[in-house]
Amino acid sequence: MRTVNSTQQYRLAEIRKVFARDQVALDRIVLTVCRGERVALIGPSGAGKTTLFRLLNCTLRPTSGKLWIDDEDVESLNGKDLRRTRSRIGSVYQQHNLVPRLRVIHNVLAGQLGRWATLQSLLSLFKPADVEIARQALQQVGMPEKLLERTDELSGGQQQRVAIARVLVQNPDVILADEPVSSVDPSLASTIVRLLIEISQNRHKTLIVSLHSVDLALAYFPRVIGIKEGRVSFDLETSKITEGMLEDLYSGNFRDHSMTEAISERVQSVAYPSVG
Amino acid sequence: MSTPPTRNSCETIPAHRGRVREGRTVKNLLVLAGVLMFLVWSYYGAEIHLSQLLSRDSFGQIVIYIKKLFPPDFSPAVLQEALKGTIETFAISFMGTLMAVVIALSIVFFASKNLIYSGLLYELEPRQGWKRAARRVPYLAAKSVLNILRTIPEMVWALIFVFLVGLGPFPGVLALGVHTGGVLGKLFGEVLEDVDAQPIESLQSTGASRLQILCYGILPQVLPQFISYSLYRWEVNIRVAAVLGLVGAGGLGQRIHIAISLFLENQLLTLILAIYILVTAVDYLSAYLRRKVM
Amino acid sequence: MKESNPSLIRPSDKSFFPYIFTALFVLAFVDSWRRADIDPVVFFEKKGQEALWKFLTGMFPPDVSWNFISLMLRPALETIQISLWGTLIAVAIGFPLGLLGTHTLAVRGILNDAELQGAPVRRGMRYGLYFLARGLLSLFRSIPEFVWAFMFVRAVGLGPFPGVLAIGVAYGGMLGKVYSEIFEAVNYRPLEALQSVGANKLQIFFYGWFPQALPNFVSYTLYRWECAVRASAILGLVGAGGLGQQIEISMRMFNFNEVLTILIILFMMVAAVDYISAKTRAML
Repeated sequence: MRTVNSTQQYRLAEIRKVFARDQVALDRIVLTVCRGERVALIGPSGAGKTTLFRLLNCTLRPTSGKLWIDDEDVESLNGKDLRRTRSRIGSVYQQHNLVPRLRVIHNVLAGQLGRWATLQSLLSLFKPADVEIARQALQQVGMPEKLLERTDELSGGQQQRVAIARVLVQNPDVILADEPVSSVDPSLASTIVRLLIEISQNRHKTLIVSLHSVDLALAYFPRVIGIKEGRVSFDLETSKITEGMLEDLYSGNFRDHSMTEAISERVQSVAYPSVG
Repeated sequence: MSTPPTRNSCETIPAHRGRVREGRTVKNLLVLAGVLMFLVWSYYGAEIHLSQLLSRDSFGQIVIYIKKLFPPDFSPAVLQEALKGTIETFAISFMGTLMAVVIALSIVFFASKNLIYSGLLYELEPRQGWKRAARRVPYLAAKSVLNILRTIPEMVWALIFVFLVGLGPFPGVLALGVHTGGVLGKLFGEVLEDVDAQPIESLQSTGASRLQILCYGILPQVLPQFISYSLYRWEVNIRVAAVLGLVGAGGLGQRIHIAISLFLENQLLTLILAIYILVTAVDYLSAYLRRKVM
Repeated sequence: MKESNPSLIRPSDKSFFPYIFTALFVLAFVDSWRRADIDPVVFFEKKGQEALWKFLTGMFPPDVSWNFISLMLRPALETIQISLWGTLIAVAIGFPLGLLGTHTLAVRGILNDAELQGAPVRRGMRYGLYFLARGLLSLFRSIPEFVWAFMFVRAVGLGPFPGVLAIGVAYGGMLGKVYSEIFEAVNYRPLEALQSVGANKLQIFFYGWFPQALPNFVSYTLYRWECAVRASAILGLVGAGGLGQQIEISMRMFNFNEVLTILIILFMMVAAVDYISAKTRAML
């Protein structure tokens, strides 16, 4: 592992991402995220959160603008360097994105792929290497007994925990999560968010989570960034966010009644909680 | 490695699972060994000489042969003959496929259970044993006819029909029609057997006769798939029609046979190019029509 | 029944298509009828009926003497052996070419975006390989296996080996095309996740792509094997081993009872292979 002096994990300058047919997904994004910070991204669906997520984990490149990760300009990265950078960023997805037909252990050990040689990873499919690491990771997410089960036999919430176990095995500097709880039931949602926060605290990892639920964002994260129509709408400490800002963020999106209800309810009830 | 790796993985796996896995592993190994032996046996049986193929001698022979093929012979007489063969091949595949559709359609309705003796349409039928049994007879007969037609390869049918009706493209048409008729009959039957039952039920409740149900409830549902399958088989048949000539059933194959027998390699390449163009064109045409229909 | 085609065209596209189509169809039908020398009357003439009668009565009873059957045993086994190795070679050809010809793997989509954006040379090379693979596959499968067999007989001599090569090349083209379709239909989300871990293309393939594609992959390969058994049974017609040669000899000698025996052997072989591949599919 290389040593990094900088305290800046991410620096984004005037990032713009345009897809085919001139769809502007992100426009003039300026952001800085420091090491060990915990940030929530909120905003209506289609605002560009997922595109931002894919830029941050080096799946996509910006159309224009600069993106630095650990003071390293991503534009210059290719091949091996690009993969090494990716291996330092862990991703948790909305639909957990596991390979359904593989056993849990292989999905968990896939976190090692960035470090393993190709042949080693191929052999591991027949005789799993590092079983103990996989077991420990599953222990941490609370389901060590599922090690050898086939992944598609697990429930949605269990699969999401397998995805988190994969990130644990990957042991990255940053954990990104794109709506990790929108496909699990509400009671499980806060458990999973707390799990992510716990991991980032214990191991001092940067954590960036985009969330569907404003409640969870305000309850667990010290910093919240609102994104609307591809731009940063606000970027503030949680205590400085007002109901007006949230209404503004989701305005034009009022078809989703339950969501607006949740917003106003939250702003009234939850003051400024801090999570240990 | 960021964390110290632990090796001896087997002990850490829970005991009962370990046993299950072990049992499976032994079985897997046995199957694997069997397959490998089978492969080795086949390797020698089929007189495969892969090493020899890659050796200089044999490989050189192939290269020499390829060199002989070039350049293709584009003289007017050869081109005209290739064109004639191409059109004839097209004609054989076209007529053969049409004949197959006719054969399949005239048999398939007897060969699908839900139309002939069981299921929704026969719920209220009196449960007399002999009557049901009598309905099974045409079903079984139709099934076995389709099976026989399908199992005998086109080329063998072609040999038989060359004997029956003489040389020329006609036995080719018959061979394609008969074999493909069996294949389409099977495919059509599968379509008919998982037809959506609801429209049939509602038609039956209006008092429609079985023939009316067939025309209004079943055929409209299955027709697009019938056409799609027929087009797919046409794509297959164009390839077969191109080689039926090898046994004397007309088309490009006959000309290829001549070119090969007389060592006219340059003409052979022209004919192969003609096959390539024809096959590709029919693939595109068929794909286009299928998109239109579905 | 194809005449009913136009009525199936959705009424929404008010074009001339149905009319043009019908006209072309009738034209093709009339012209093909003439060119293919179609002459159904043959079967009602004395000569045709005699031939038919001779053939049908000649087939029974089938020749089940041990003498003949023992002669057929070797070609029958040879047929299976040819089909097996032919299919193996087809997989060896179709798999790599199919991979290169999968556009979500080679040139487009989320797995290539970061790598190819702003790298025109690399993009050009990838596209070059992609089109080369597609072109080869198309060439391999468009030339019928019989023509391949003919040419391989010329190149490596008579016997089962040219049959193996012919099936390998022709079926390699078909398998490659279908493999690339299977690979393209795979859910890309797990692949994106693997990429974000820092896995390289091969690792993504083994961990995400192949496990998802496996059932379809095996199932289609087995289906092709079934086809290969039929094909290798008749490749003997051009001197490439298997049962085909025997059928032709018996046919030409008018020994129709032997023909029936060979057909029964073929039938049993095909049924056995179908059974094995159905069992293998059920295991997945």
